[in-house]
Amino acid sequence: MQRFINNPDEVVEDTVKGFVKAHADLVRLSAANRRVVVSTAAPVKGKVGVVTGGGSGHEPAFIGYTGRAMLDAVAVGELFSSPTAKSFHDAIKEANGGAGVICLYGNYAGDNMNVKMATKLAAKDGIEVATVVANDDVCSAGPDERDRRRGVAGEIFMWKIGGAKAATGASLEEVRVTAQKAIDNCRSIGVGLAPCTLPAVGHPNFQIEAGTMEVGIGHHGEPGIRVEPLKTAAEIARDMCQIVLDDHGLAEGTEVAVLLSGLGATPLNELYILNDTVEAEIADRGLKVHRSLVGNYFTSLEMVGASLTVMALDDELKTLLDAEASCPAMP
Amino acid sequence: MHDPAVRSLLDMFARIAATMEAERDHLSDLDGAIGDADHGMTMALGFRAVVVALGRLDAASAKPADVFRTAAGAFLDAVGASTGPLYANGFLRAAQRLDGCDGLDCASAATLLDAMAAGIAQRGKGSRGEKTMLDVWLPAAEAAQHALADRPDRFWTIVLDAAERGAAATRSMVAVRGRAARVGERSIGHIDPGAVSALMIIRAMAESFKP
Repeated sequence: MQRFINNPDEVVEDTVKGFVKAHADLVRLSAANRRVVVSTAAPVKGKVGVVTGGGSGHEPAFIGYTGRAMLDAVAVGELFSSPTAKSFHDAIKEANGGAGVICLYGNYAGDNMNVKMATKLAAKDGIEVATVVANDDVCSAGPDERDRRRGVAGEIFMWKIGGAKAATGASLEEVRVTAQKAIDNCRSIGVGLAPCTLPAVGHPNFQIEAGTMEVGIGHHGEPGIRVEPLKTAAEIARDMCQIVLDDHGLAEGTEVAVLLSGLGATPLNELYILNDTVEAEIADRGLKVHRSLVGNYFTSLEMVGASLTVMALDDELKTLLDAEASCPAMP
Repeated sequence: MHDPAVRSLLDMFARIAATMEAERDHLSDLDGAIGDADHGMTMALGFRAVVVALGRLDAASAKPADVFRTAAGAFLDAVGASTGPLYANGFLRAAQRLDGCDGLDCASAATLLDAMAAGIAQRGKGSRGEKTMLDVWLPAAEAAQHALADRPDRFWTIVLDAAERGAAATRSMVAVRGRAARVGERSIGHIDPGAVSALMIIRAMAESFKP
């Protein structure tokens, strides 16, 4: 595959530099750390700071969700690799408005370790840090071990809700409880049609044979629950809904938010084709779509595929989801 | 007036950094087979940062524990992923165990290996047989205890032998932790890059500690 890169070892550096130039009205680079992106509005005095971080290659996640009533600061890792504890620590410091900082991140070994160490470092600065760990990827572990599930695109809803809650002036504990509720109400599934390649590696480190698809694939190509012959979009959409909604077990009449994200190299029109059936399936189950987001919200380099996230809403989540916010990824 | 133990440790970290730089592409190639091909770069970056930080340490008054504490901070600031916190925690644990210790004999080398293994295992919640760096650190630490009790004269030979066998054994293991876990069964037949770099570290340790 041909790429627009300068040097495979400088992909992250160059991405971040171009990103802050493109969105200078909303974000800036931290003066203390070139691997931390900060909202131009941060820190907001008296507001709980909202932070995340993760590996690069998922653009617009994670940096694209930095903004007003969204994330105050984001720690940037190498491609598909957790940021350093120092970057998480610096992001926490940039976001700190004196009311504590919440770190909303995904359940991966590296991120867990680095956030834990950053939290300890921040405590020494007198900054109180709370964490919520996203675990919305249904196929990454069974329903009885949800704490082992990975975090995927549901993180976007967690950030939106957490960012909006913090913007209301809520306390650190209130933001934590609400962000936790948001991710607890999210279930996601990914389907992969073709793998992605890290530029420095030069070959995919997982395979999806032509004519097949991997159901339940993770955001870095982690194996799913089954590999099967490629089906039609409608059949795939129905399978995705079934896996997500069976795990969810929502009561009829529940309102939901839907996020259908491409994984990097799937054209937008195919996402709309999937969405047609997704929304029909959701309606068939007696659920009501309050809002849907269809686009490239959380990608995996140039993986071909899509992820579906369904978040169950209550009045609070609905209000916070609809609350005004601005960030590069959700104009 | 340098503490001779501090001199050995500075020498050890310089050796490790030089090895990682020299083996950078080799380690990355090993990683490319089952992971994301950045292990060589990560280790070279981390130990280069350690050597820079140690260069600023006041070697005349430093104790062995200070060397490891400095190394832990530098490594953690330079390296993300899982490797950063894992080695940083190993070095921190080593610093705690070496507090108040001046010289570095076989007993303190055994303590050091034990601390590294324990620190890494604690941070990663890992154990043997999972195709990771612990498949080198844990057997090396165990062998060090046995060697200390039975054959202190052959201490490093025994430790290195255990470390080498540990690294080789990862070839037939299925990765269940870390980045390689995602390829599962397909990781069989590939030696674990983290185990190989752990072996390189222990070799450098042996070179620097041998009387």
